[in-house]
Formats: sequence, structure tokens, C-alpha cells
Amino acid sequence: MSVKADLTLDCSGMACPMPILKTKKAVESLQLGQVLEMIATDPGSTSDIDAWTQKTGHELVDSRQEGNKYIFYIKKTK
Amino acid sequence: MTESNNRLAIIAVHGTLDLAYPPLILATAALALDMEAAIFFTFYGLEIIKKGNADKLLVAPIANPAMPMPVPNIIGMLPGMTAMATGMMNNWMKKANVAKLSELLDMALEGGVRMIACQMSMDVMGIKKEDLMDGLEVGGAATFLNYASQNAIALSF
Repeated sequence: MSVKADLTLDCSGMACPMPILKTKKAVESLQLGQVLEMIATDPGSTSDIDAWTQKTGHELVDSRQEGNKYIFYIKKTK
Repeated sequence: MTESNNRLAIIAVHGTLDLAYPPLILATAALALDMEAAIFFTFYGLEIIKKGNADKLLVAPIANPAMPMPVPNIIGMLPGMTAMATGMMNNWMKKANVAKLSELLDMALEGGVRMIACQMSMDVMGIKKEDLMDGLEVGGAATFLNYASQNAIALSF
């Protein structure tokens, strides 16, 4: 599945808690239904983005790993 | 989704570099999770919020057998060992791209974390409001408990 992103946020090299803080700000800047592509290198981000979407209610529509990069697609739902 | 708490109440008691991180990481992460958070800084925890002090906090090599390069206590007592341990830890943090404490403090304040300085500790330690960062509250145990009693997750570091 390929998801079209409206905005890309590169959190490569950042450590906890920066990726989720930046992700929150980026998602806030989107319109309802738009998708954020977030790229991280922190292996903990897989679990953290999952938890973040569960807690905030935004939707993780897709994710994949490419080498040392973790790529997430998050749809703003509210 | 099960009903969950949306409030985090943290007590920061220690003024060392390693123990200053968890309260600030959790409080800023709480903001990202649409939760609200408060940190009650008491006793040596006040060192974290003294103006311009956060990035000068130290790590104690004494009685710290968990350090990756454990230092026998008798060596840790020697002059310069605390500075050395602190330098090592700051170096590891930088390599791992961990934000500086001052940056986390700014994010916490900007994001609306309630930062409460303990009045009693300030009196005991001779710390004045103007010695502390701007944007803080000063309060006592009741301030913290009133906040925490409203369905908060409460943690102490």
C-alpha cells in the first residue's frame, strides 16, 4: 500500500521524546484527514508512535522500515 | 479504548544530571500525548530550575555502581572525578542526540507543564523566587496533592 503524504517530518537522529513532540506539532498543523509522513531512526519510535496514536486517537495508516529508518504515515483524525 | 488518566503529577527531588532527565522527558512526552503534567520541584530538585543551572548539573560517581565504567568509591572521592563522570555522561547524551535539559525545560514551560517550586525547600535552602527560572509557580504540598488527587498518575524521582 502506498500512502500519499501531505507533509513530511524528518526526525532522523533524534532521541526520545523529540520525535513524538515534533510529530504532535506537525499533526496539529495538518487539516483533518491529511497525512503526515514521519521518518525516525530511533528504534523506540515503533512502539512510541503506536502508543502515541492510541492515546491521541490519530490514525497510524501505514509504517515500514528501510534500513535504519522507520517511516510512519499518520492521518489526522480530529 | 479503555478510559485512561490524562494527568501526570511528578515530584523531582534530586539535582543530579541523571535524575533531572526522567521528570522532564515524561512531562514533555505527556504534552505530546495530549495529557497535562505538573512537576513539583523540591529539595535538591530546585537545582534543575535555578536560572541557567540545568545544563550545569553533575553526575555523582560515588555510590553509583551502575555507571558503565564503574568507579570504586575511594577513587570517586578524588578531586575531579565528579567533573569527569559528568563529562562522560554529557558526551554519551550528546552522541545519542538527547536534548539538553535546558531545551526540555523550555519545551515543558512552553507546552504548559505546571512547574511548581516547593516554598518550604526554597526557605530551607535560601533560594529566592528570582533565583529560579521565569514562568514557575511557588507552592506547597497541598498544591501538589490537590493537582495529583484529580485522577493523576503520580511519580517521584
